[in-house]
Amino acid sequence: MKYLDLSLSEVLDLLNAGKVSSVELVTECFDRINETSDLNALNSTYKDEAIKRAREIDERRKNGESVGALAGIPIVLKDNINYLGTKTTCASKFLENFVSPYSATCAERLHAADAIVIGKANMDEFAMGSSNENSAFGAVKNPVDNTRVPGGSSGGSACTVAARQCFAALGTDTGGSIREPSSFCGVVGIKPTYGRVSRYGVVAFASSLDQVGPITRTVRDNAMMLNVISGADEHDMTSSRVSVPDFTSKLEAGVKGIKIGVAKQFFTDALSGEVRNALDKAIEWYKNAGAEIVEIDLPSLVTALAVYYVISSAEAASNLARFDGVKYGRRAPEYTDIVDLYFKSRTQGFGAEVKRRIMLGNYVLSSGYYDAFYRKAKRVQKVIRNEFNEAFKLCDVLISPTTATTAFKLGEKANDCVAMYLTDIFTVPINIAGVPALSMPCGKDANGLPIGMQIIAKHFDEETIYQVANAFETAHKEDK
Amino acid sequence: MSWKTVIGLEVHSELNTKTKCFCGCKNEFGDKPNTNCCPVCTAMPGALPVLNRDAVERAILMGLAVGCKINNYSVFERKNYFYPDLAKAYQISQLEYPLCLGGGLEIEVDGVKKFIRLNRIHLEEDAGKLIHTSHGSLVDYNRGGVPLIEIVSEPDMNSAEEAVAYLEKLRSTLLYVGVSDCKMQEGSIRFDVNISVNREGEPLGTRTELKNLNSFKAVLRAIKYESARQIEELEAGRPIIQETRRWDDEKGKTYTMRTKEDSQDYRYFPDPDLIPLNVTDKYIESIRQKLPKLAPERKKEYISLGLTEQDATLLTNEREYADFFEAVLRELNEPKFVCNWITAEVFKKLNALEVDDRKITLNPALLAKMLKLYKDGEINQAGARKIFDIMWNDLTANPEKLVNELGLKQMNDTNELRAVLERIVNDNPKAVSELKAGNEKTMAFFVGQAMKATQGKANPKLVADIVRELIK
Repeated sequence: MKYLDLSLSEVLDLLNAGKVSSVELVTECFDRINETSDLNALNSTYKDEAIKRAREIDERRKNGESVGALAGIPIVLKDNINYLGTKTTCASKFLENFVSPYSATCAERLHAADAIVIGKANMDEFAMGSSNENSAFGAVKNPVDNTRVPGGSSGGSACTVAARQCFAALGTDTGGSIREPSSFCGVVGIKPTYGRVSRYGVVAFASSLDQVGPITRTVRDNAMMLNVISGADEHDMTSSRVSVPDFTSKLEAGVKGIKIGVAKQFFTDALSGEVRNALDKAIEWYKNAGAEIVEIDLPSLVTALAVYYVISSAEAASNLARFDGVKYGRRAPEYTDIVDLYFKSRTQGFGAEVKRRIMLGNYVLSSGYYDAFYRKAKRVQKVIRNEFNEAFKLCDVLISPTTATTAFKLGEKANDCVAMYLTDIFTVPINIAGVPALSMPCGKDANGLPIGMQIIAKHFDEETIYQVANAFETAHKEDK
Repeated sequence: MSWKTVIGLEVHSELNTKTKCFCGCKNEFGDKPNTNCCPVCTAMPGALPVLNRDAVERAILMGLAVGCKINNYSVFERKNYFYPDLAKAYQISQLEYPLCLGGGLEIEVDGVKKFIRLNRIHLEEDAGKLIHTSHGSLVDYNRGGVPLIEIVSEPDMNSAEEAVAYLEKLRSTLLYVGVSDCKMQEGSIRFDVNISVNREGEPLGTRTELKNLNSFKAVLRAIKYESARQIEELEAGRPIIQETRRWDDEKGKTYTMRTKEDSQDYRYFPDPDLIPLNVTDKYIESIRQKLPKLAPERKKEYISLGLTEQDATLLTNEREYADFFEAVLRELNEPKFVCNWITAEVFKKLNALEVDDRKITLNPALLAKMLKLYKDGEINQAGARKIFDIMWNDLTANPEKLVNELGLKQMNDTNELRAVLERIVNDNPKAVSELKAGNEKTMAFFVGQAMKATQGKANPKLVADIVRELIK
């Protein structure tokens, strides 16, 4: 490997200086993909098209024509993001052969910035899972330890970046699906503020919670990616018109005077000793670097997981109803009538976890249960959101562990869905509140497994997250 | 004790926006199947709806026209059910917080006026269309996502006639406001009827819902059939089952479609892809400014021009008639005269057509030209009718040219007429003495004879004057 150990921003400087070509980068990516194919990180790749595009961009750059902000950088999309003419499977048998007739806005923006999409990343089916074991195309392995899970649902995205198959990837995060795998694989992943990135063209899991975000090897790379994909979109009414700053502008501003909130509800008995130590050390470092540590109370945080499973399942049940075997996707080969067609197509097309969420979602929406579950969950959501809003009157960012433990073994929690759901206990509240949060490495456990730190800010303040994250990353470069 | 029928109506009316309710596809009837489609209205994975503001504006316009309260806050919800014509497997509709609440319409049946209250008007999207062939069923998504308003009445009607009067009034109002083309044959306006019967003074009975009614006639017949059926059941001691029934127009009967037990649970919840709809009072007021003059206001104006209330009502029943009347009036300011021609001759032509086809395509300026010829005595009534017949089918026909071509110019030459009439008077002494005796009906005989002798060109008024002079 010549270039893949470098960050996106470093390699972009080389490209702009004419010291490396995009074709070289793409070629190296595919060599690396072949070497590490046993990780099962990617569901599909487009080598020929990628090289062709790289050649065109190299040509334009050489001729002094204007190129986009990410010109020539090989990237990967999660397999639930539509990109015209490519398969978008959501790691489901149901969409095994589905080819996108259009591009998601985020994919379109990356394309317009001249990034090169080289493939689509494996994931938990329809983004439901925390280990990437729910893929119809097989589990993804953690590149740090192949016997462990990479986390989920954006397990393929985190894995492909950590394994140096590409320079950046997009994931989606509904309850932690970017941050948990980023934590497990030792990379940087952000779930932006709800509304920051358009959801148009991203296959919906839970529409009110889903957000697209980049996964990268450095904080700066992450900010550069978010710069490209953020901003209002006329195709998504929930995308925000709040102006988009240059997320790299405050990277070097340091943390002097920054107020860092620490809430005890994030530091429960569930935390492993090593995770707790790593976080304690990180907070200590921030204090020494001039940040002020503030104690914060988030009394309702504990209810977030329940709220999450009611709201996300309800929306998922409705969102996934379109997969009925009528228009596209899998249709059962044999059926007696239309109801049988629905029944068999969906029974055969969906995996167990997806079915579980659909059933749960329809249950909480059904007449007689709606008030007790859905309506109540929406009310509690407001309470949680208010607690975060109050917290951010007292501090600039909150710091917490991303997960209570480091990556677990493949198969370890596969048959215990509650244990699996509890993996997301620190990430889920962020989606419920709609605020942005980033996960970045803050040390390793005794087995060398990465430990993730979560940095949370108020709505639309990703800039401060990056500022706080970059300070830590810069100071700990040698630890890597 | 006698039976009372209680009827409430749900009317679905497609809005005539340029594009669909939640995407930019064309809202057009009759195009090649699946050509007005995109990722949004075919429910491609990842596609999202974006609300068409024009649809909101039209729904509000209708709400204002029937006196609804326009809610500043309304919410789109998902109505979840599986059906092949429903691409997303949910319909975007409104339930808890509709756009318009209350309001109502006044109807008149046999001279009795009655106010029918509305419960609500909400905005939703239409489904696609299934086409069943011998090779299997096909889906056309062109209609999928077309904006609809659902207008829900209170159960304020007590007869099939009242129900139809309400529907006619509603259709007329939709056309006045100009938000829907209301073509029953194309399904752009559709009706569901809720109906129950109870004995006078007793609580409301169990209701059934009638579907598949696509003409006023079907509504009339279905209600009559269903209320008779319910009365018959109850009198035989059998309870009414709450159910949805399908109207079979050929057999003239209703049949069970589904009972309450197997009715669906739609699992409504607010659509997270669409933010709640906030309309400010200022916005509502700006829409109110666009509200065209409606029937009652125009009726008042027409009466002030000297028309009878009956004529004014006839002309304002449909916006099209009123617009046409006013257009002719701009060319020929003779309200009573123009009104008479429209209510007699134009309406006669229209009434011969199916409701959906009742369109006045005549050029009002040309009609005014013809009426002026008639008014000025250039042609007589028979000539005017002859020209009108031609104009009805040939929209560019020039009445002045037709007068010459057909030789319809009225004979207004007194001397010429006097010569003809002298002969007629001489040949008919009996009629002369009858007229002299005061039998005015005999005058018609002379006019008839004069017409015969002049191939219909004689000016009947002149004829009468000359005859009177001759027999003096």
